[in-house]
Amino acid sequence: MNTEISGVIFTYLLTLALAIPLGRYIARVFKGEKTWLDFMAPLERFIFRFSGIDTKKEMNWKQHLFALLTINSVWLIYAFVCLMAQGHLPLNPDANPGQSPDTAFNTAISFLVNCNLQHYSGESGATYFTQHFVFMFLHFVSAATGIAALIVVFRALKDKITDKLGNFWDYFVKSITRILLPISFVIAVIFAFNGMTTSYAGKDTFISMQGDTVHVSRGPVAALVAIKHLGTNGGGWFGANSAHPIENPNYLTNTTELVAQCLIPIALVFALGFYLNKKKFSYVIFGVMTVGMLMFMIPTINAELHGNPAIAKMGVIQPTGAMEGKEVRFGPANSAYWSVMTTIISTGSVNSMHDSAMPMSGTMMLMGMMVNCFYGGCGVGILNFYIFIIIAVFISGLMVGRTPEFFGRKIEAREMKIASLIALLHPFIILVGAAISSYVIVHMPGADWAVKPSTWLNNPGNHGFAEMLYEYTSSAANNGSGFEGLGDGNIFWNVTTGIVMVLGRFLPIIGPLAIAGLLANKKFIPESAGTLKSDTSTFGIMIFAVIMIIAALSFFPALALGPIAEHFSLK
Amino acid sequence: MKSNQNTLFQGDQMTEALKQSFIKLNPRILFRNPVMFTVEIGTFVMLIVSIYSFANKSQGSFAYNFTVFIVLLLTVLFANFAEAIAEARGKAQAESLRKTREETPARLLVNGKEERVMSSQLKKGDVFICETGDNIPTDGEIIEGIATIDESAITGESAPVIRESGGDKSSVTGGTKVLSDRIKVMVTTQPGESFLDKMIALVEGASRQKTPNEIALTILLAGFTLIFVIVCVTLKPFGDYANTPITIAAFISLFVCLIPTTIGGLLSAIGIAGMDRALRANVITKSGKAVETAGDLDTLLLDKTGTITIGNRKATNFYPANGIKQEDFVTTCVLSSLADETPEGKSIVELAGEDKTVPSVKAPKDSVFIKFTAETRSSGLDTPDGLRIRKGAFDSIRNIALKAGHSFPTEVEDNVKKISSNGGTPLVVSQNEQILGVIELQDIIKPGIAERFERLRKMGVKTVMVTGDNPLTAKFIAEKAGVDDFIAEAKPEDKMNYIKAEQQGGKLVAMMGDGTNDAPALAQADVGVAMNSGTQAAKEAGNMVDLDNDPTKLIEIVEIGKQLLMTRGTLTTFSIANDVAKYFAIVPALFMVSIPSLRALNIMDLHSPESAILSAVIFNAIIIPMLIPLALRGVEYKPIGASALLRRNLLIYGLGGVLIPFIGIKLIDLAVGVFL
Repeated sequence: MNTEISGVIFTYLLTLALAIPLGRYIARVFKGEKTWLDFMAPLERFIFRFSGIDTKKEMNWKQHLFALLTINSVWLIYAFVCLMAQGHLPLNPDANPGQSPDTAFNTAISFLVNCNLQHYSGESGATYFTQHFVFMFLHFVSAATGIAALIVVFRALKDKITDKLGNFWDYFVKSITRILLPISFVIAVIFAFNGMTTSYAGKDTFISMQGDTVHVSRGPVAALVAIKHLGTNGGGWFGANSAHPIENPNYLTNTTELVAQCLIPIALVFALGFYLNKKKFSYVIFGVMTVGMLMFMIPTINAELHGNPAIAKMGVIQPTGAMEGKEVRFGPANSAYWSVMTTIISTGSVNSMHDSAMPMSGTMMLMGMMVNCFYGGCGVGILNFYIFIIIAVFISGLMVGRTPEFFGRKIEAREMKIASLIALLHPFIILVGAAISSYVIVHMPGADWAVKPSTWLNNPGNHGFAEMLYEYTSSAANNGSGFEGLGDGNIFWNVTTGIVMVLGRFLPIIGPLAIAGLLANKKFIPESAGTLKSDTSTFGIMIFAVIMIIAALSFFPALALGPIAEHFSLK
Repeated sequence: MKSNQNTLFQGDQMTEALKQSFIKLNPRILFRNPVMFTVEIGTFVMLIVSIYSFANKSQGSFAYNFTVFIVLLLTVLFANFAEAIAEARGKAQAESLRKTREETPARLLVNGKEERVMSSQLKKGDVFICETGDNIPTDGEIIEGIATIDESAITGESAPVIRESGGDKSSVTGGTKVLSDRIKVMVTTQPGESFLDKMIALVEGASRQKTPNEIALTILLAGFTLIFVIVCVTLKPFGDYANTPITIAAFISLFVCLIPTTIGGLLSAIGIAGMDRALRANVITKSGKAVETAGDLDTLLLDKTGTITIGNRKATNFYPANGIKQEDFVTTCVLSSLADETPEGKSIVELAGEDKTVPSVKAPKDSVFIKFTAETRSSGLDTPDGLRIRKGAFDSIRNIALKAGHSFPTEVEDNVKKISSNGGTPLVVSQNEQILGVIELQDIIKPGIAERFERLRKMGVKTVMVTGDNPLTAKFIAEKAGVDDFIAEAKPEDKMNYIKAEQQGGKLVAMMGDGTNDAPALAQADVGVAMNSGTQAAKEAGNMVDLDNDPTKLIEIVEIGKQLLMTRGTLTTFSIANDVAKYFAIVPALFMVSIPSLRALNIMDLHSPESAILSAVIFNAIIIPMLIPLALRGVEYKPIGASALLRRNLLIYGLGGVLIPFIGIKLIDLAVGVFL
């Protein structure tokens, strides 16, 4: 077999081999069972005592959300202030200036919500201080927020008739001390020994063979890149993200980054099975997610390996496939694998230029983010999936002649209201965003703004539309990757995507938590022969159909005008 | 009444439904159905566009716009028609029941004097008199007297029933006829407030409330509708960006095709049809919710007598003691029972009659029949020639024998034990204090009942038998009939406690009852079915009334409830799955003129953009009337387990819902293409 393809398959299998035991471990951590990382307990106790937190105090779903939203607001203000003031703060060897208010607004939100849409370049737009104490810090806490929120839902599914769903701070701190910190440490060490810089010195210079003086940015990169992937964040040290030779020097680091970003999302699916003692149910979820992943993956790898028909028409042979925008050290198959994984998983780091990918691949990446729950981001992937489960349970419950119930709780009007709203939200913010930007480009191209709307797009037509659609989809899915042909570093894009990111992050956390909390409080109905079992392949097909129909139905016209039109025009 | 059951559409109902379809266009009425309401708005917009296109061709030709308008109007009308026809059917069913209790003269008692008034003038608390041959004018309770009553007009059962004052058999129903004797009856309902009146109001929509499940589904459908509002509204700037002008007709067509009009249009019809089906089964439901809950039942409480077994015990075997001839024994048994009017006694004579070897006997003249008393627990016959025959419970007859110095034969005692352990009742017979043998009485389980319980088990419903028998007998019958659990030596409060315990465990419980002492349990149960022959208190407490007084009706009610939910679920799936094909018809039609590469999406190879759009909206409209029969009849429930059922319905309505519109739209396009 083609070595490129074998490499991709090996990477995936390696991810699985690590994710299953990690899932078991995560379940043990949150069940409060013994683990070999119990030596972290004194540190946790210190944190709790220092902050005056009593982890024995259990919270209901509203208290959980209150805690989550409060601490996130604090971080938002903290990040915003630091980014604006970074020029005056220490650890700034390259003397980079503070960010403008709109860029700081966008960047602060972007990192807070685990999106990491970067409308700046790390080399000039950030300092070592902000990279460390804003970005890396938010990398950890945003991932931990997602995991903690998911654990609340786990608890709600596990216990019968209760509103005591554990302590948010307990879940949150343990997500960091027991999961994110130890694994990041191991990954960072691998990176550091493979050529990623870990220096606090400023730019280095050398004189190239042509005689030009070249300034090379550097910094303590390895540590940030580890959590950037592990926490499905994706906000890179450099502007070029993981396509940059210092941020991703070789195939080994590339594989490590790929495994790291898929690791926790997949592990959490298995953790659900171990935690609830419903392994079959977690296999069904994993199966649905994997089939979805393959559905996006296979056409993408295929399209990239076959090269660009437009170039082929010019008589150029492309033996390695479509190489535009790709790193020679990774090749098209691996880049395609990365592109799909990073979009379905909401990492949003890139090792190739997504804007240069084939239109078919672009369609798949967009759909990955539109669905946003095939594995999905740290914790939030399953939360998004949960909404689709609720809708699937509702429809299929009716189809078998029984008031729909999930894990013994009846799904009624209130839960449906929340689920419908959350399912509606994603298409709403994406389509409305893209509609506003299209409107501005058509009707006010010469608006007297810092950057004229007429200059936003380097590629007019369908591809330009795809770039705008991608930007909002990426923001709404908290992904953070971009079709970078778009001039997005200006106030219009900073503000609109900022708003989309906030809505796309917190509402899909609030919704599932509210549903889970409401359900946990309901009368528990024991299973009978008339109960629809949620751990069967039939139900899996139902969830899959609901996901695909909601995603495909809401986005089909937009996709048709963007990458689909482009795809057919290439033929 | 039976004859209308098979035809779905009847002439007079059709006319009424057609009229109602237009009346229901009133936005204030349609507002209750968000999906169809948005279609009506779209229709109105298209009317304006049609008028506008008369003068200005920028929105396409007048003919095209007007056709779209007509098709959309039809879509709304079809949906209204579905609801109206369901209402008309339900109403007709209820009316035909009401007819039986139309204006009849009543003999009202005023200050002890009789006055002739019409039944409609009777008020709650009035007292009237009925004698042989009188129709009972309205529902009431007998306060004096006893009578045989023909209830066939309501129940279809021809055998007359006995009703008497006091106790659980005191209730009479309007429209039934007194066959003998005279009764004084007190009116229990205000005119216009009987259960039937309430049911008619429920069907007519005046007091019809959406059930919780219907509300949840409406929310989901409203969600889908909103998604497509967003899709269509945002398409305008997208189209502008792509230099693709999209006509208003195309926008509205796309929108109407995408929103779940099929289920939106049929939703209320499905709900009404559920109540109607219950009514056809002769069950009056007091709310739509009760029917829906019936589909979810986990536990059914059933009385043994009358439900699981046929009325009373019957004699099944004669076991003589050693040395007694079978013939002689049987003859003695018959002698003892000839004057015995109890069902058990009759069945002994009956069983003996089947045995041709036994000569028929007559009681000698001047024989004295000894009645059964609770004290002696035996009955019998004393003949003039000095024979003292007794039959009765094992211990009482044994006492008689032992007192007289006779022994109790061991083989008879063995038989007694055997009969008891088989769930039967032994009747020991003695003659002149000597034991002759034992008669076996058995409960006869209704034929086919075990299969019905098996069917319930497959639906996930647990059956519980309630009986006054001792635990041993109860266990035997429970096993034989195939019920899952039983309550033996049941007192009324035992039912209540059982229901509460089940509900504590999160289960939904149904029970059937008729007596006043059943009322608390009927009220406690999630579905309480009161028999029409039951007391007023029982009928008030339950949420359904069974006109047939048939205790196995619960099984039918469960299936009706399940059908109701399934019909909603499958049509929702079908409706949403349809969208795939509609997209492939409309999206290429919208863009292929300005973006030729999107012609590749026209996989159905439709004639032209206009014909594609028209075909999609026409398909969307005609699918509603085509599915009305399914909505009214309900999707068939098969007890094959939830997963298998889901697989089956997903295949038929999900996959079918994806494929059928591809075929339908293509066919319509071939037809429409001829005119364009």
